[in-house]
Amino acid sequence: MPLLRNPSKEPLWKDEFSVFTSDERYVTRRQFTKFLTLASLGMFVGNLWILAKSRLTKTPAFPTAEVAEINEIPVRGVKLFTYPTPQDHCIMIRTGEEEYAAYSQKCTHLSCAVYYSAKNDRLECPCHQGFFSVKDGAVLQGPPPRPLPQITLEREGTKLLAIAVQGG
Amino acid sequence: MANLEPSKQRRGLVTIDGAMALIVILLVVQIWLLSATLETFLAGHSGTVVPAAIFSGLIFLGCLALDFFVTRVDQESRKS
Repeated sequence: MPLLRNPSKEPLWKDEFSVFTSDERYVTRRQFTKFLTLASLGMFVGNLWILAKSRLTKTPAFPTAEVAEINEIPVRGVKLFTYPTPQDHCIMIRTGEEEYAAYSQKCTHLSCAVYYSAKNDRLECPCHQGFFSVKDGAVLQGPPPRPLPQITLEREGTKLLAIAVQGG
Repeated sequence: MANLEPSKQRRGLVTIDGAMALIVILLVVQIWLLSATLETFLAGHSGTVVPAAIFSGLIFLGCLALDFFVTRVDQESRKS
């Protein structure tokens, strides 16, 4: 039995309310097109839902936490810390005399802990060889789909403070 | 059905099939758009949400227009 049939000369109501029960199994092209259009409406509603969600979701307020003293670690040295909660492990690297960078230690692929490779000057995930740039956390190589979330640092006197997470 | 002119009937069917194929293509694009938007939104980037919603709305309007077109062609083929 064909799924779609040719248009007949009968009025529409006779086609759609046929006296033959076997005809009710047919899906006309018009019905199929309506179904596709309804599916399209569903996709549009889905996009609107994401839009509403993004507008209504408030950006979280991050705490201020002390990470390290200015000269606590040498150039190309590393310090591990947790931010914003004790469960969120982060890594801070001193990339120059006055330059510091901090990222979430959780790989964006499958959440393995990344470490700093001083030899290659990049952050490396040992699980699936995902590499990240020390400058901005961008993916250099491997399966991670997104950059590492960056911890915003602020200098206050001789202390380095973590004040926010970007791209989490 | 047998009373319709074969060439006219065939032309109508080809037109409707073409419109349906176009709707299917638009729908595939829309599904991809929705999944990509959701992926970026869950990753914490909301910059693409507004353009994606506008584009999705335009695709829906396109599908709606094609649906009206199919209905009209169908009715015309029945009238003749």
